[in-house]
Amino acid sequence: MRTTLVIARLTFREAARRKILLAAVALGVIFLVVYAIGFYYVNKDLSTSGNAGLIERSEIRNFFMMAGLYVVNFLCVMMAVLTSVDTLSGEIASGTIHTLVAKPVQRWEIVVGKALGFSGMLTLYVLLMGGGVVAVVYLLGGYQAPNVLRGLSLMWLNVILLLNVSLLGGATLSTLANGVLVFGMYGIAFLGGWIEQVGSLVQNQTAVNIGIISSLIIPSEAIWRRAAYEMQSPLVQALGFSPFSSGSVPSLFMIAYAIVYAAIALLLAIRQFRLRDL
Amino acid sequence: MPAAIEIHSLRKVFGEKVAVADLTLTVERGEVFGFLGPNGAGKTTAVKMLLGLIAPTSGEGKLLGLPLGDHLGRERVGFLPEHFRFHDWLTAEEFLRLHGELYRMSSDRLRQRVPELLDLVGLAPHAGKRLRTFSKGMLQRIGLAQALLNDPKLVLLDEPTSGLDPVGRRLVRDIIHDLREGGTTVFLNSHLLSEVEITCDRVAFIKHGVVLRTSILQELVEGELTVEVRARGLTSEVLSGLSRWSPGVRADGEHLSLTLAGEADLPDINRYLVERGVDVYSLSPQNISLEDLFIQIVGTDGGL
Repeated sequence: MRTTLVIARLTFREAARRKILLAAVALGVIFLVVYAIGFYYVNKDLSTSGNAGLIERSEIRNFFMMAGLYVVNFLCVMMAVLTSVDTLSGEIASGTIHTLVAKPVQRWEIVVGKALGFSGMLTLYVLLMGGGVVAVVYLLGGYQAPNVLRGLSLMWLNVILLLNVSLLGGATLSTLANGVLVFGMYGIAFLGGWIEQVGSLVQNQTAVNIGIISSLIIPSEAIWRRAAYEMQSPLVQALGFSPFSSGSVPSLFMIAYAIVYAAIALLLAIRQFRLRDL
Repeated sequence: MPAAIEIHSLRKVFGEKVAVADLTLTVERGEVFGFLGPNGAGKTTAVKMLLGLIAPTSGEGKLLGLPLGDHLGRERVGFLPEHFRFHDWLTAEEFLRLHGELYRMSSDRLRQRVPELLDLVGLAPHAGKRLRTFSKGMLQRIGLAQALLNDPKLVLLDEPTSGLDPVGRRLVRDIIHDLREGGTTVFLNSHLLSEVEITCDRVAFIKHGVVLRTSILQELVEGELTVEVRARGLTSEVLSGLSRWSPGVRADGEHLSLTLAGEADLPDINRYLVERGVDVYSLSPQNISLEDLFIQIVGTDGGL
């Protein structure tokens, strides 16, 4: 257990020393500032213009928040993959892993330690960015979306899912191949999500099925759409279509699938790393 | 007490390539053991199998009495890898601290041990510098310090002096000497034969992943010797008579070269030659160097 924590701390410290944390936090803050300024002016117009009714106003605020979270979701996914894509394969390729593994440690402790370190970092990132967007909308617009906690938790699950898949790839492949694989899978799920969304709009069951199948390959886009569905205003939920969600809402089964998927990915990563010749 | 290293028929195959064919070896406690062989002989693969970095295809072994791959067996084992690449964004002190924590040493012990080791390898003035700024020699020193953190019972050094200047080499030699005095077993993987000649008690020669020969260095170097003889009147009859002392007699005009098992035979050979009417001008014994022996055992093809 102690070894796991030592490795987790090392992972954290590496991100700090290599200025990854600094870059992420600095850009995150810039993003939030730009977002806040934009929201401030939209909100000001909204409050003064007499044309928009009460419902309309909260719809626009909700839309603005969802747009922000959509970007945050994408940034979080990028963070999850980019920070971890190199961690196992890079250390194996450079040989820094040799002195670690030659210590009285077990291989799983290294993988779990790294997973723990990155999870901690990504949790803070999701809180900063996602929480930041929600806070801007609440503080400046006085609007609170439904199920924010549930939505942010799902975004967090998405990040952990991609982290674990990237660790699995890193335990098996080279850094570059791992990056190509993870982003490729993410791309398929992303495309599948849109096919499903449009399919449900035009009521084409085949298109919806293609979307569901692509979500089974990796359920990352499905989790985001569920998160968006949770935080959507009741009106949009009833209408059943917005750029961020669709009439075809990923079921709770899909969420359970994502949790199992993430867990198995981590277990496989441990297994691969344990069997690998270093 | 179980041997420091004990391996039986260890074999490793990568795809089609046989890296280590069949390695059987025992290293006793307290020995300084040299592992010699040409490049690509499987030395590094063998060391990695000992440390559980690579799983053997077949065969078995024990490290300090525990099966290979058992992480507890590495508790009191120090290792300096050949291509010492470390987390270079850490400072020297942080680096040693990290590795001490991986040895599960207490922080009290580390507070005492880290400065001790920095001092030992001459890096105390650089304790707060990041490894990124270190020269190759300094990295090797910090790597060596890392291998000694937990008062190891066994230290495996993979080419420890390859990047070092003469001062650094002397340091490594002194450290190995101190380790031996303290009863630590040292497994030295090297092709710098002069280094091995000075430091090791026993050596194994390996090629294509097989131990060709294991010998006590003292016996090796003091035992076998070649004798260069300059004499006139050597007949083929006289030459063939010499084979009773030496299996390999090479004659070229007045020059004669013999390989003997020990110097006790020298007076007999001289008497034999004189009694047969040979005029002996010089008879000079030369101890065989480890390098000659290496070439003799391993061959000149470099194991290719």
